[in-house]
Amino acid sequence: MNWTTIWVTGKLAGLTSMALLLIGLPIAYWLTFSRWRWKFLVESLVALPLVLPPTVLGFYILVVIGPQSPIGRFYTDLVGHPLPFSFHGLLFASILYSLPFAVQPFVAAFEQVDRKLIEASWTLGVSKLMTFLTLIVPLSMAGLITGMILSFAHTLGEFGVVLMVGGNIEGVTRTVSIEIYDEVQALNYEDAAKTSALLLAVSYAVLLLVYAVNRRVWSVWPQK
Amino acid sequence: MASEIVLDIQKTFSDRAAVTARLHLPLDPPSATILFGPSGSGKTTLLRCLAGLERPDAGTISFNDSVWFDAATHVQIPPQARRLGYMSQDYALFPNYTVAGNIAYGLTGLSAQEKKARVEEVLHLLQIEQLSQQRPAQLSGGQQQRVALGRAIARRPQLLLLDEPLSALDAPTRARLCKELRILLTQLAVPSIIVTHDWTEALALGDFMAVISEGRVMQTGTPLEIFSRPRHADVALVVGIETVIQGTVKAIHNELATVQVGSVDVTALASPGLDADVILCIRAEDVTLELTGSGETSARNHLRGTVHTITPLGALVRVTVDCGFLLTALVTRSALSDLKLAVGSDVRAAFKAGSVNLIPR
Repeated sequence: MNWTTIWVTGKLAGLTSMALLLIGLPIAYWLTFSRWRWKFLVESLVALPLVLPPTVLGFYILVVIGPQSPIGRFYTDLVGHPLPFSFHGLLFASILYSLPFAVQPFVAAFEQVDRKLIEASWTLGVSKLMTFLTLIVPLSMAGLITGMILSFAHTLGEFGVVLMVGGNIEGVTRTVSIEIYDEVQALNYEDAAKTSALLLAVSYAVLLLVYAVNRRVWSVWPQK
Repeated sequence: MASEIVLDIQKTFSDRAAVTARLHLPLDPPSATILFGPSGSGKTTLLRCLAGLERPDAGTISFNDSVWFDAATHVQIPPQARRLGYMSQDYALFPNYTVAGNIAYGLTGLSAQEKKARVEEVLHLLQIEQLSQQRPAQLSGGQQQRVALGRAIARRPQLLLLDEPLSALDAPTRARLCKELRILLTQLAVPSIIVTHDWTEALALGDFMAVISEGRVMQTGTPLEIFSRPRHADVALVVGIETVIQGTVKAIHNELATVQVGSVDVTALASPGLDADVILCIRAEDVTLELTGSGETSARNHLRGTVHTITPLGALVRVTVDCGFLLTALVTRSALSDLKLAVGSDVRAAFKAGSVNLIPR
């Protein structure tokens, strides 16, 4: 097993789910509470990565952040190197790719919060932002953890987008799933099996965590 | 400066009757105003518009000198800035905070020490000190109601809005807390607006009342005035046909109270802890009419009087008897002709002690 690859993958997944917490919360809040009649347009846009082939998504991200686009040129001027085929470019792509995996559980959790509680908080003079932080977030904790874990797990296993945007640079953008592919190509089944088993175990553990957090009845640890 | 609310709003809904209300509520001296009406009449909508939780389609709302809402100038003061104590029907306690945490929740801008002192003050006022570390889910309905009330008054609001404050409780608790609520509201000296569909609550809590039906204000006045003299047949229908009159408890003996109403004594069932000043309510259906000189019945009250008015209502006839006070009876048309009653006839009105509802005031 290649520990550099595992480290890159873990770093990518961790940073992605962290970034999605920051970006996803306001988006989910808006999607939950906005009464704008065209809201469904944004809802569909956020859900798009669920159905779009990763290569298509990767292609458009490449176009947008590539040196031909203003964004890409601005980034290159600012940082000194282009965004595609760098870790940051890969991170940017991962955030977009995993967006629905964070936002949808957040929205589901916010919708579970009783509107009456939120209104009670407002009438008590507490601002919308403080109501969000002191009431909505604590009451949505399970959904927030679920969204973070799912986006982490989803990033761990991404393949198409990484290949399109990140390339396959050892120590920079080569992730576990790409390594497995490379090893199978090289008929190196033993290493592929080891790495696959690791990914399987981690994914299963992560999903166990999701379902445990969202469990209603604790038969293992019964409440007194 | 006179404290008052002036409200003139319209709000339409796709699934129920529009609310078109015009109200001028005097709140001086700090008084309790009842918004009374059947469920679905729009009274909760009015309260939510006052709280800033609902936006009317048109009109204005002003409280004292400040404009809270004006559709024409797009003024909509958010609920945070109205300095209210709002309590919804199901109390909406925050499940992630303790009782003390719920009460402290709205106390922003105070130091930790001031906050603690105020929470203790409120806990003491509502006699729930022993609950301070409990979670809302562990509390009974009556306890939840007190906590919600405590949370609403903790910030010293300039106006209290209570949506069906007692309807989530069982009947015995409701009667007890109704009395306590009245005392608390007097103590706090904060004007309050209370939504209810229960006429006993309206009579027990209200100084002023507005009857709302199908989104419109039908009548305003003191609860006693409205219940005893509904202005329209519609209001009478909403409030129920009742004899509602003030009285004084003279004596209580064997759980029976003798209540003086004008020059007449009425016997009623005494509930524990009854005060001297009461409002008597007698349903017209519970009053029977008999000719003078007929024998004893099980009814405790037999009042001699003369027929004051006769109003036909289909198969039934509403007869008002002047027996020292005006008592309304609902009898069948055939009973009326059997008894040969006409305006001015001598008659005896009878009703059981249990049919007299005493509401403490």
